[in-house]
Order: sequence, then structure tokens, then C-alpha cells
Amino acid sequence: MATVAAVIASTHHPFYYRASTSAGADRPPFADEWVAKIKAFRATLTRAEPDVLLMVGSDHFHQLWLDNMPQFLVGKAPVFDANWYNEEREFGLPRMRLAGEEDLAAHILRQGLDAGFDLAFSNELRIDHSVTCPIITLRPQADLPVVPVYTNIFAPPMPRPERFVQLGRTLRRLAESWPADKRVAIIGTGHLSLELGGPRQFGPHGPDPEFDRKAVEWIANGDIDACRAEVTLDSLHAPGNATHGFMDFMLMMGAAGDGVKADYTDTLDLFHTMEAYFTWYPQGAPAPAPEGPAS
Amino acid sequence: MSKYLLNKFLYTVDRDPELVERYRHDPAGTVDWWERERANTLLNCMTAEKSTWLAFTGEERRALAGHDHVALFQLGAHPFLTLTLFIAMFERDHGPLEYQLAYARAMDHITLPYPDIAT
Repeated sequence: MATVAAVIASTHHPFYYRASTSAGADRPPFADEWVAKIKAFRATLTRAEPDVLLMVGSDHFHQLWLDNMPQFLVGKAPVFDANWYNEEREFGLPRMRLAGEEDLAAHILRQGLDAGFDLAFSNELRIDHSVTCPIITLRPQADLPVVPVYTNIFAPPMPRPERFVQLGRTLRRLAESWPADKRVAIIGTGHLSLELGGPRQFGPHGPDPEFDRKAVEWIANGDIDACRAEVTLDSLHAPGNATHGFMDFMLMMGAAGDGVKADYTDTLDLFHTMEAYFTWYPQGAPAPAPEGPAS
Repeated sequence: MSKYLLNKFLYTVDRDPELVERYRHDPAGTVDWWERERANTLLNCMTAEKSTWLAFTGEERRALAGHDHVALFQLGAHPFLTLTLFIAMFERDHGPLEYQLAYARAMDHITLPYPDIAT
């Protein structure tokens, strides 16, 4: 059976690529600190020595549209082209091409359907920055096969937070029951408080620093109960109109396990939104222990 | 209300570089053309398999033709779609983040709960 070598949850910030590759007057003042934090975070994946990346993200109205909108979708294809014209235009993201791991995708689809998740699938999926941002930050050589899992955190009606937690638990179990001698890293990205296209966007911090503080604590401590006690589909409107992306963090809490503290936690307070990075090692931390700030 | 059609306009224009420029320079003409020629196109289907029933309300048409992102927000258009397209059209005329901050300031009077974006 496969081994889950790491569970990683992260924000996905489309500006990182440009900030980290810019120079001179174009380089923002926070870029060096951001790059240092990303390199430390990247080491937590590298040390886990993964063979395959099971990647949870959300299409931002690129391939998935309101005439045919799945709630949860698994990409099953030998190749995934990645990034879109409007992401090149706005964020300067490069076109990318990732190998797919069809055997794991087939396993997740079959076993996921049997476990009560009516998963949609795609055999030709062009993935977007919710999946490529963590490739850029965590595995920039983009050399490992992936299985993308898309969730709907974007177009109401959406599944409730509890469903995301349940899917995370199921994905963890399915990765562990995959009959292959491989090391799987489960990587999922979402948001803390975030406002897009509303009056609170692009402020000096995320729109709700108090929500962000609590959210980081819930995730770092694996405190799913406290999180679920406060977070509902309705409540997520208050911290910012795009904060439903936090449900992907809840999915990753499900994948990490109830009450399981993260082995690595880091944050970076940026304008517009707070960055947050978490790594769990279900098999115990590989030596040497990751460098980086303690939570 | 045809929030779906507002979103369809924003979505289909945003993903086409030529349409982004056309809408920037001739908003009323682009909205008029799009509603006649594109509104009922069923995406990912043959041209002949068109829908027969999609049209803007007068208020929606005016909001799009006026590049009025505040009105679009209040009509329940998806804020991500509006923001992405409007950044593509107008960020170039401003300094770093100036446009995004002005976009937000124009909505300062809007308080929670925001308009429902469910389609």
C-alpha cells in the first residue's frame, strides 16, 4: 500500500511568482522575506521524499463554468497543461505541463464513489493557479505526477464545510489504501480571510485579521471541532467575500486528522491577505527536522 | 434578473484578449453585439444548438455598457469575474494597486450582507 508521506496545507498566492522573480525597482520590499519563508516551507515537502502529489484546489472559472458545475472533481489524465491566459495577463504566471498519475486517480474515483462521494471527473483538464501556485512554491522543478482534485468554493450553492472535512478524511484513507509502493504527499490550498471585488479588497492586511488568527490556530492544532463550531457557509461571508476558500483548509484538516497538530506552521502577513503554511508528517517527521519558525 | 447571463458576459469576454480590448474601447457596442450574437451560444456546443431565452434586463445592460462595477456588484454579478476583467481593462492606466484601491473605494458605502451571487 502507498504511504502518505506528508499532508500540506497552504494559501495559494498568485503574486508569489512575480514577486519572487522580479528584480530592482520592480521587486516588492516584502519579496526577500517571502522567498525565505517559501524555501523553508518547500524543504518540508522535499524531506518527505514524495513520489506522487495529490493536489486539492479550486478552478477559478477557467474550465469549470456555471452551465455544468461540479462540486468535487478528480482529474484523471496522463498530462495536465496548466495556467490560463488571464493568469498570465494578471499574475505573469508561466504556462506549465504536469504529468498525471492515472492509477491513483482511478483508485480515488472508484473508491470515492463507493464511499459516498459522487465525484465528477475530467479526462482533459487544464489546471489553474490553485494547483500551480503550490507547484511553484513547493516543487518548482514540477517533476512529480499529480492527481488534481477540484472543489467548488466559488459558485453557490456549495457543499457545507462539514463535507469538505469528510472529503479530506476520505482522500487520506484512499491515498493510504492505494495498492502501490509509492509515497504520496497530499497538498491542498485555500484562503484565509479574503475579499475580491468588494469594498474590503487590497487592504494593508487580510480583511479580517482576527479570523486569520483563529484560523491559523485551528489548523495548527488540528482543532476541527472548534473550527466547525464557528464556521458555516453563512458565517464565511463576514471575514471577506472570497473566504469560502477556507473550506479547502478544512478539507486539509480532515486529511491531517482530528486533533493532530501540524509539524510545521508559518505565516506571513501581507497586504490583501495573510499567507499560511502547514505541514504534517503522518509517519513522523523525517530527519533532520524542518528548519523554520515554530508555531 | 439574469445574474447568470451577466456572469456569462464577464466570463466569455475576460478569456478572449480581443474582446477585452473591444469592451474597453466600445462598451455599449460590445454589449449590444454580444447580446445579439453570443448571449445564447451554448458553450462547448455546435453553433446550431443555441439557447433561445437569454437576455439582459435594461438595468443589467446599462451596468455593462457603463463599465459600472459598483452596479454589477449590486446586481449580484460574481465579484471575481468583474474584478478580473476590470483589472485587465483599466489597471494599465494607473500606478501599482491604484486601480484596485479606487475600485474598492467606490464601493465603500456597501455593507454586509452583500448581494446574493447565487445563480
